[in-house]
Amino acid sequence: MYRYDQYDHQMLADRVAQFRDQTSRFLDGKLSSAEFLPLRLQNGLYIQRLAPMLRIAIPYGMLSSVQMRKLAFIADHFDKGYGHLTTRQNIQFNWPALADVPDILAHLAEVEMHAIQTSGNCIRNTTTDQFAGVSADEVEDARAYCEIIRQWSTFHPEFAFLPRKFKIAVCGTRQDQAATQVHDIGLYLLKNDKGEIGFRVLVGGGLGRTPVIGSEINSFLPQEHLLSYLDAILRVYNREGRRDNKYKARIKILVKETGVNEFREKVETEWKVLKDGPLTLTQDEVERCRAFFHDPAYKTLPADSATLEAALNKDVLFASWYEQNIAAHKKQGYAIVTICVKKTGFAPGDLDSDQMRFIADIADRYSFGEMRITHTQNLVLADVEKDQLYDLWQSLKTHDLEADNLGLLSDMICCPGGDFCSLANAKSIPIAEAIQRRFSYPQLREIGQLSLNISGCMNACGHHHVGNIGILGVDKKGEEYYQISLGGSADNHTALGKIVGPSFSQDEVPDVIEKIVQVYQQHRDAGENFLAAYNRIGMDPFKEALYGNKADDKQAD
Amino acid sequence: METRQMTNKLIKDGAAQPDSWYLQSSGLTAESLPALDGMDIIVPLAFWLAQKSAIQSRKGNTGVWLDSHELPAALADDIHAIPVIALNFPEFKDGRSFSTARELRQRMGYQGEVRAIGDVLRDQLFFMRRCGFNAFVLRDDQDMDAALAAFNDFHDAYQPAIDQPLPLFRRRQ
Repeated sequence: MYRYDQYDHQMLADRVAQFRDQTSRFLDGKLSSAEFLPLRLQNGLYIQRLAPMLRIAIPYGMLSSVQMRKLAFIADHFDKGYGHLTTRQNIQFNWPALADVPDILAHLAEVEMHAIQTSGNCIRNTTTDQFAGVSADEVEDARAYCEIIRQWSTFHPEFAFLPRKFKIAVCGTRQDQAATQVHDIGLYLLKNDKGEIGFRVLVGGGLGRTPVIGSEINSFLPQEHLLSYLDAILRVYNREGRRDNKYKARIKILVKETGVNEFREKVETEWKVLKDGPLTLTQDEVERCRAFFHDPAYKTLPADSATLEAALNKDVLFASWYEQNIAAHKKQGYAIVTICVKKTGFAPGDLDSDQMRFIADIADRYSFGEMRITHTQNLVLADVEKDQLYDLWQSLKTHDLEADNLGLLSDMICCPGGDFCSLANAKSIPIAEAIQRRFSYPQLREIGQLSLNISGCMNACGHHHVGNIGILGVDKKGEEYYQISLGGSADNHTALGKIVGPSFSQDEVPDVIEKIVQVYQQHRDAGENFLAAYNRIGMDPFKEALYGNKADDKQAD
Repeated sequence: METRQMTNKLIKDGAAQPDSWYLQSSGLTAESLPALDGMDIIVPLAFWLAQKSAIQSRKGNTGVWLDSHELPAALADDIHAIPVIALNFPEFKDGRSFSTARELRQRMGYQGEVRAIGDVLRDQLFFMRRCGFNAFVLRDDQDMDAALAAFNDFHDAYQPAIDQPLPLFRRRQ
């Protein structure tokens, strides 16, 4: 993975010193709350319901075992011993003291980590597919480009006070697992017929109150122009994005109001000034960044592992974990392991410090000391020998990390919700747990691939719009209610879910999910997953099952 | 109409300096111009566009200021004759003037003074300078020494900008 040189280290040290000064000025009353707010947000620090929340960047999800141990240390010394993986491949701590944050940042800097631009109206952590570089079927490894974008976006002097937050995703795998189309800028890596690398550029995607799928403004941007083109997009947005209404300030609204074609022309006009200038990527820089993501020292292994086959035959629980949580690796004899952080009874995406240290240890033992965070709040060990999968699985069981529900209904994306977040209308963690408890494992397997995403409010941190089933917490006369949507998807054919009808109380939600699943089971063709069945049969059978004849009388609220 | 000497908190070209310029509010009218003879004034963009000949014949230097939503393209014809272009930050969170400054320097090749006015705070100065501002009228409550130190918050930067035309990736050793 990327390693800092003296320039990167110096920049991070300067940032820690700057934030230490800002925090002490705030605590001394020399900096107003309003003025401190964007400064602390640009260091990932929120003031939440109960305590500050610190969001730490995990650039494009890559994490080393050394870094993971540092996160465990921070959890123990500055927090209540746990952290929460986010949908942007970051990690959040919910209980740090404000005065400790400069020290936390100094600790992070020791291991080349930070909280820079994890919040605020600036360019956020660039994300990618968690299988980048190891996927059996990939156009190009996105991580070098993510790092190039990370450096360009870090302390960009022109774009620190944008109209609103700005998220970029890069996808180089053929099966998009990065929700690329619902980012402010989504970049798909392509190769043209001459073998040259470029990007398909989407702009104006996003979730939140007004979910939008990004629109293509460039079908093939040659790689050397990546940064000058991004600069041009951001300049148009910074100048013209709405600042009169926070809810209309994202670039998706600008693109919609301007029209895609006119927006593209504006970008092209800006780009003319920048194109072929100093931001043009050099082959040296691309190679330099690529070199950080070279293959680890893979062994030459046979394609099949007798050890693995024997274990699969003798242990059905292992076999079901294997079937669910393992993906094909590009290198013969290796497998990609996803550790599903969604065990029932545990808050989705939460890791305690023992688990963090344990995962760091097993990453060292089984996967070259590296791991990845996924946007679905799970963890990946990307390079595990097939021979060692059974050992690995047995040790996962010692730390409640053996959940074999990856991609199933209980592998939910779930925001922290009303238990922690001051923006939330409703709780989300207890809803997730009630749903998990409703279904047995055989039922879950029988239902098959199904994404269920829960957000505690319309800010949509839990990506409810793009869940096959989406659950949104709403406030109904002071009570917590839940609105259900169907048909969303975050893959290559991204779709936004449609609201089924009037919302339900917390107690009703598990029944509602069960009824929805039953409709699917009644109607599906052989081998047809939930989304495909929904797309074929439409909303009506679900409406009928949930509301009966009442469906026509009531409006969605 | 308001004629206002800016605060005594001007930083120009890296040092605290006395300020000879008087900022004119958007209420400025042609009739009041003679009363300002002999003074160096910075007038609103709309006034500058509407009263070019009156401005050319007046005694004293005349600069122009743009609010954050105003674009500099209107200045293109005679931009190089303008000694000062001031860009307003109505509130520090409004980042449009960062782009305007770069546009003045980068696209229009403006070599005169680009001055930050309005809600100009210590913690934005480093970025402002990178974007091409070379003069900063601090908000009244800002501490001059702390502000001067802010230009040294970072030793280097990744991006090309007005102060450093090459990105770090073309300079790394």
